[in-house]
Amino acid sequence: MFAKTGALAINYGNQQQVRGMATLKAISLRLKSVKNIQKITQSMKMVSAAKYTKAERDLKQARPYGEGAKSFYEKAEVAPVSESPDKILIALTSDRGLCGAVHTQVSRQIRNELCEDPEHTRVICIGDKSRAILQRLFGKNILMVAHEVGRKPPTFVDASKIAQETSRYNFSSGKIIFNRFKSVVSYTTSELPLFSQAAIAAAPKLSIYDSIDSEVLQSYMEFSMASLLYYAMKEGACSEQSSRMTAMDNASKNAGEMIDKLTLTFNRTRQAVITRELIEIISGAAALE
Amino acid sequence: MASVGTTRSVLRLLSSQPILKQAVRGYADEMAFTFAAANKVFYANSNVKQVDVPSFSGAFGILPKHVPTLAVLKPGVVTVFEQDGSSKKVFVSSGTVTINEDSSVQVLAEEAHPVEDLDASAAREQLSKAQGDLSKATSEQEKAEALIAIEVAEALVAAA
Repeated sequence: MFAKTGALAINYGNQQQVRGMATLKAISLRLKSVKNIQKITQSMKMVSAAKYTKAERDLKQARPYGEGAKSFYEKAEVAPVSESPDKILIALTSDRGLCGAVHTQVSRQIRNELCEDPEHTRVICIGDKSRAILQRLFGKNILMVAHEVGRKPPTFVDASKIAQETSRYNFSSGKIIFNRFKSVVSYTTSELPLFSQAAIAAAPKLSIYDSIDSEVLQSYMEFSMASLLYYAMKEGACSEQSSRMTAMDNASKNAGEMIDKLTLTFNRTRQAVITRELIEIISGAAALE
Repeated sequence: MASVGTTRSVLRLLSSQPILKQAVRGYADEMAFTFAAANKVFYANSNVKQVDVPSFSGAFGILPKHVPTLAVLKPGVVTVFEQDGSSKKVFVSSGTVTINEDSSVQVLAEEAHPVEDLDASAAREQLSKAQGDLSKATSEQEKAEALIAIEVAEALVAAA
């Protein structure tokens, strides 16, 4: 957006030498529009700051939940079974942009994984942004897309819906790729593993667990997938809001800089116009004498 | 002299590591209990005496050094007995229980609320609404959903 207006500024610069008055008008119009942009980015920053505080509060609650859901897989030493290479990747993004590189980071990681094995890897896009990025090159690898993500904070119901849809597909291993929130200014793209029931049944340490039948295992897995998704969605939402906050803060700062520069040019041009008019009047009067 | 100093500090580093690990792991009768729901965290790696959970294979109590197992939570009341003898009752709608071999216990619920926050009359209302839904239900899925709602509401009424 700003790059385009930058190109326009050069045009105005050329005009200045031709017609002073029009440039004055043009500059004041542009000044006004930049001021409006700044107002918008500022209010977007305020909105995302409010959303961020809520998301962070939610995340504090969700972290132990996610750790708990993850710990069984770590402690039972579950590893993907290698017989079928089918892999599923869940990209956790949202519908909304203007938030720095959060969506690009997730999509880039997925793209790298897809490049390794495009035949057997399938993608589930949560949020329109990842779909928009991945569709052009890997359209046929996308299994499903979830819309309406990111407007409201994610809920457990959302997560369980996604988990239910995901469990329809057969896969031997999977990954949830999301942005893990670290602080207001930083996040890292990380992943949570997903396993098929066969992989869990084949886990070396499963035998020490008592009284497990396949029904319990299946219910357990369904619930744990929803829990992991819920946790990852909370992390993603928090990173997104914090990143949008920073992005909008920067945009407001940049707009402020532009306003300063434009005001300076505006004043200078106005002064030039006045001077020129004075010269015209004075030289006109001098010619009459 | 300097070399003796460094070797000693290296030795200290080496020896301090297992001690640290032990402190985290704790001794025999300690359990790392995590009880979290999507809406709230009740315990995070805290040490408690005993936990009673309702599961589909029957309600059971968990003491430290329980045999590792997995279970699926049934709607009902989870009772946590803390070290000082006080107990806390929390209603859960559904979820999972994981007991690992290092005596760490994770109770993850979809939704959980302390029993004292429950409203008995609202629970009864919920139950009658769920029963009404069941009589109206036509498809198999609606019926199943209504049955689950009744199950939860019955447990709510019993708990409140």
